[in-house]
Amino acid sequence: MALKKFVVGCFEDEKVLFPAVAKVRKAGYKFHDIYTPFPVHGLDKAMGLRDTSIHTAGFLFGMIGTTTAVTFMTWVFTKDWPVNIGGKPNFALPAWIPITFELTVLCAAVGMVLTFCYICQLAPFVKKHTFHPRATDDLFVMVIECGEKTDEQELTTLLNSVGAQEVNTQVAEEGWWIGRYDQEQELYKEPNIA
Amino acid sequence: MSVTKYESQLREPLVNGDKTYGQVTQDIVHTIEAKPTRLWYIGFYVSVALLLFGVYSVYREVVYGIGQWNVNRTIGWGWDITNFVWWVGIGHAGTLISAILLLFRQGWRTGVNRAAEAMTIFAVMCAGQFPIFHMGRVWMAFFTLPYPNTRGPLWPNFNSPLLWDVFAISTYFTVSLLFWYSGLLPDLATVRDRAKTKLRKHLYGIASFGWSGSTKHWQRHESLSLVLAGLSTPLVLSVHTIVSFDFATSVVPGWHTTIFPPYFVAGAIFSGFAMVQTLMLILRKVMNLQDYITLGHIEAMNKVIVLTGSIVGCAYLTELFMAWYSQVPFEQDIFFKYRIAGPYGWSYWLMMTCNVISPQLFWSRKLRRNVLFTFIMSIVVNIGMWFERFVIIVSSLYRDYLPSSWSIYYRPTIWEVGFYLGTFGLFFTCFFLFSKYFPVIAIAEIKYVLKTTGESYKNDMSTLENKNVDEFAHEMHDHHEEGSVKVVHH
Repeated sequence: MALKKFVVGCFEDEKVLFPAVAKVRKAGYKFHDIYTPFPVHGLDKAMGLRDTSIHTAGFLFGMIGTTTAVTFMTWVFTKDWPVNIGGKPNFALPAWIPITFELTVLCAAVGMVLTFCYICQLAPFVKKHTFHPRATDDLFVMVIECGEKTDEQELTTLLNSVGAQEVNTQVAEEGWWIGRYDQEQELYKEPNIA
Repeated sequence: MSVTKYESQLREPLVNGDKTYGQVTQDIVHTIEAKPTRLWYIGFYVSVALLLFGVYSVYREVVYGIGQWNVNRTIGWGWDITNFVWWVGIGHAGTLISAILLLFRQGWRTGVNRAAEAMTIFAVMCAGQFPIFHMGRVWMAFFTLPYPNTRGPLWPNFNSPLLWDVFAISTYFTVSLLFWYSGLLPDLATVRDRAKTKLRKHLYGIASFGWSGSTKHWQRHESLSLVLAGLSTPLVLSVHTIVSFDFATSVVPGWHTTIFPPYFVAGAIFSGFAMVQTLMLILRKVMNLQDYITLGHIEAMNKVIVLTGSIVGCAYLTELFMAWYSQVPFEQDIFFKYRIAGPYGWSYWLMMTCNVISPQLFWSRKLRRNVLFTFIMSIVVNIGMWFERFVIIVSSLYRDYLPSSWSIYYRPTIWEVGFYLGTFGLFFTCFFLFSKYFPVIAIAEIKYVLKTTGESYKNDMSTLENKNVDEFAHEMHDHHEEGSVKVVHH
């Protein structure tokens, strides 16, 4: 949680964006992020991001569901309160398949969505800095973090030369906070610009 | 990067007209920002009125008991469970479009998936009311849940299909809701960032969970959608399978058949697509979305209707054949004496006409692309599918093994009908609110397919098509090497 300085370049076309990403990366700059209005396939690879492993979480949660269902029904029908249902076996595994399956799917889905929200910091009342309001509309917004040695001027020139429609510098909170989108909040009394 | 995703020009465009990304946003979001039309208000108030009538009908049932309905011995399920199965079935089309067609990479789903998923959620909400209030003492409904209680603890019977239903329907509702809402997050953020009024910015700010459009988040979002689709696909098939188990595991003639699961699932998709058609045809007209829900979309859905309608027709004939082939007199009597003929024969033939015969007209391309005809057919199919459940329930229950327990002719009371009308009220109230306050088309998904399947962009494909094969392959290869572009082969 800290205020940081960012150079922001906005692109209108993904055809321009891809070569620009390659050039900015080659020049040695570190992306804070690229905000896009829709999933642009291949952009994660171009930025050098690794694959997500969120599906593993889904699998693990699913297994929790399966285990819970089977062990619980076994315990209820063979230990806690065995009921004679038409002389059928108490351990009636085939008859438990539907509930086991439903619980597997339920746990996997709920667990995965919660994991997704947690790792992406998504929740009601969560607010993040908007670098450009059209990033969710029709602009691809490339945000580069300025380190101590970053030459802001040089970076701006580079972004302009690779086809950015609009380039500006912003000082903003890099993380999330609890806030409202209709109000600007003063997050820090004394901004400590890095 | 050149456009390397190749999409044949032979395929119809999914988005008509010369659109930019900004135009797509504008077209879809402006209905949220504008005041609703007079038609919207009329529809909304009619729905609320129906809903209130339904609430009163249910109030009578809760206060005075099940006797407010004409369900009797032996027709204990009557209209109530007919309506339940009908509504659950309708929900299935939404999941089919959003999940199964995603796995099959059917591009046309993007235009209709958001509204179809909303339909699923509202239909399941309506469906759930029926078994709950059919319990009679509805305040005891929580007895179906396995919670530690002071009665022993006495647990519900996990071997019972009725309990499987509790799990199936609640899981289905939860997963559909999560799938739908996770897809909505980016679009709600779009509405938030465009909002001019403070209240709208605040509310959509809460609803969009702070979505920013980060590349990493999109990457996870896509993975999430894919896995949720993978989970929803067997889930949706399991839900109607389990509903059919409610019948198939019994020993009632006409119910006790192994064909029920596939037959019910096909029927569910059939009726669900009909309801999607009804809603989409109204939606595209009222909200002026003809460019996004094109005749191509309507035709594709009509193809699903003719396919599933034929599967259902096959199932009806198989049932008749098996009744004869089994040589069980009770089965034979149910089918040949009391379903085809007998006092309820009219409902059987109504079902046959609406579900099997009339959808065959969709083999004609001209009729598949006719909006008015499709609209009429969608309603015909839904009437037919309601009667299918009515036939299964009533004509199997009114005469079974013992003539002494045969029932008199069954007619619903006004409160039974009122409950059904009330769920229409609930469904359409929700749908009207959804169409006013939510993006009815998945904006981000449309943008994602715009440059390959949009009408004006498809023309660029001709340059690609005219290219020398070696050159084309070489270019593809280069991009693949770069690792910057995912090459999609069609």
